[in-house]
Amino acid sequence: MYRYDEIDQKLVDERVVQFRDQTKRFLAGKLSEDEFRALRLRNGLYIQRYAPMLRIAIPYGLLSTKQLRKLAQITNEYDRGYGHFSTRQNLQLNWPKLERVPDILAELATVQMHAIQTSGNSFRNITTDHFAGVARDEIVDSFVWCEIIRQWSTFHPEFSYLPRKFKFAVNGAKADRAAVAVHDIGLHALKDEKGEVGFRVLVGGGLGRTPAIGFVIREFLPWRHLLTYIEAILRVYNRYGRRDNIHKARIKILVKERGPEKFREEVDAEWAHLKDGPSTLIPEEIARIESRFTRPNYLRLPATDSGLEAALAADRAFANWHKRNVHPHKKAGYAAVTLSLKKTGVPPGDVTVEQMEKIADLADRYSFGELRVSHEQNLIFADVQLADLHSLWQEVKALGFATPNVGLLTNIICCPGGDFCSLANAKSIPVAEAIQQRFDDLDYLHDIGEIDLNISGCMNACGHHHVGHIGILGVDKSGEEWYQIEVGGNQGEVRSGRGASLGKVIGPSFARAEIPDVIEKLIECYLARRDSDAERFIDVVHRIGVEPFKESVYGNADQRAAHRRGQLASA
Amino acid sequence: MATLIKERRIVGDSWHLLERGSKGELPEVPARGDVIVPLALWLARREDFLAYLGKLGVWVDANEGPEALAGDVQRFPLIAVNFPKFGDGRGYSIARLLRERYGYKGELRAIGDVLHDHLYFMEQCGFDAFALREDQDAQEALSSAFDTFSDSYQATVLRPVPLFRRRLGAGKT
Repeated sequence: MYRYDEIDQKLVDERVVQFRDQTKRFLAGKLSEDEFRALRLRNGLYIQRYAPMLRIAIPYGLLSTKQLRKLAQITNEYDRGYGHFSTRQNLQLNWPKLERVPDILAELATVQMHAIQTSGNSFRNITTDHFAGVARDEIVDSFVWCEIIRQWSTFHPEFSYLPRKFKFAVNGAKADRAAVAVHDIGLHALKDEKGEVGFRVLVGGGLGRTPAIGFVIREFLPWRHLLTYIEAILRVYNRYGRRDNIHKARIKILVKERGPEKFREEVDAEWAHLKDGPSTLIPEEIARIESRFTRPNYLRLPATDSGLEAALAADRAFANWHKRNVHPHKKAGYAAVTLSLKKTGVPPGDVTVEQMEKIADLADRYSFGELRVSHEQNLIFADVQLADLHSLWQEVKALGFATPNVGLLTNIICCPGGDFCSLANAKSIPVAEAIQQRFDDLDYLHDIGEIDLNISGCMNACGHHHVGHIGILGVDKSGEEWYQIEVGGNQGEVRSGRGASLGKVIGPSFARAEIPDVIEKLIECYLARRDSDAERFIDVVHRIGVEPFKESVYGNADQRAAHRRGQLASA
Repeated sequence: MATLIKERRIVGDSWHLLERGSKGELPEVPARGDVIVPLALWLARREDFLAYLGKLGVWVDANEGPEALAGDVQRFPLIAVNFPKFGDGRGYSIARLLRERYGYKGELRAIGDVLHDHLYFMEQCGFDAFALREDQDAQEALSSAFDTFSDSYQATVLRPVPLFRRRLGAGKT
């Protein structure tokens, strides 16, 4: 955990005072709805379909058990007993009362937490690889860089009223587990031949209604220049990003309208003034931030554990879980563990107060009192001893978080959808549940292998449907809920050679009840065409194209034409 | 009339802001008096204005840039930047550029949708005068809007050395 110093704490405390005053002035009629809206949004407070929704920042997804217990207490006192972990690694509460939100923020501040810039047209919570600091393919510890950028972006006076929201991701490992290509800015850490750290900078990626893959504006930005270069990008965006149309206001549109080369020239021209200025980073600051992170006090352990080997051999259910939910660690004798929040019948990402408290207890006992929230809406214990895995599994299983489905079809990313969100065109949670029920056979799931299935309830794409290997989008057709299917999206270069890509819509949309059948057809199509178990769904889509998948769902072109004629005749 | 806060005091205002017409047409300029003219008018009639009898200020709209003023900034005792709507953040960049890149030292005034909750950021970006929107409570603004935060992480016009460098200095002593 990064530990605040006095100034960090003071700024968060001052934010509470500010928002309390703003809320008071709003309730007294001194601030209009419109004016207060802009202010409350940058404190994560939406007025939702049924009640306000408060989005609490979990910077780069890292939480201490002290913080999790505080979140549990807040959820219990101010809400209805459960929270929702989002794809932005945040926690959302769906029922807080507007007039009590300042009290919630004050409670959060006592554990070095806040809701700063979790919404609104501002620089949002920074996301990263949920295996930061423990991954074997680590290049840098991305938490350190995330914290540096968090501080730089917090209450930035010049960039507090951007044309639109701004999402930033940092990846510090070889594999891209942070989906950097689909963020307004994505950083991918690199080392040059001298071992100097720098970043490949991508800009203009994003999901939403005009999905785009970011373009590489700079192949290698030496770390010292990180802040001045971001400042140059943000200044060009702040000045020239469109403000006339909310749907064209993201930086990706500016990049597209200018053309990437022209955009790069403008950024470079701006940067020429800022480069080597006072915001140029210095080694002492990197060291200071690093030193404010608590580090696990690892034991020296052998690389294998005989007890673990025996349990794996004896217990197939444990072995299944180990195969999917346990991940390699850079320290010998340790592993990272995913607690799946994707149990069938539970909205993805939802956790009750009791569960939060129990998870905190487990993290204290098994993982140095820390945990992470992944953008796949699961929780990660990053530092578990191999010898403890079997007993941890038993405890996690009792809580319902041991579904061995990480990376598999039922590990669905899903937004809250029409059940909670006022923007949604359609419900998403029941769709996820129906798919999970259809694919409840574990052997079949493991046979299908790695696949990302993502669901969004509207084109704002909070469920990241564009980058699901299969993506499902809720659409509104004359007041009814329908679902469009995309195939071929990929969140990033998790495996080398397969970079980020956006899914393609395969055809007309379906009623909700049809979705499990459609998914099953797509899966059967894949299984029939794969070369081997090692060839994933996404690999097959890229090898043979979308057409065979389309046919498996809609029939071939002749059948489709006949179907249309039939529809027209009956109309 | 909008209340003017300048250097954190409520002050009278001798300046006359010449706005564009409803169709965007440029205003007529009186023979004398202290006027703030639109940037486009200054650019169109720069030579005439050099002989102007009163004091001359210029105002820059959010979609305009300080680049057009570049070499002229020091001529003006006052430059105003318009905020067409409170959520429009372009004026913050314009202010910083005027102060930091073009070295403007005179009065830098925020005009338009200038609200209580934006004053802190505006001041950090280099504004020292604020023509508050008419419904704003100037006393309340003075008592709480400028000192919202006691420090900032970033380099700003008021705090040109970013916090990380100042922290380091403090750590050494």
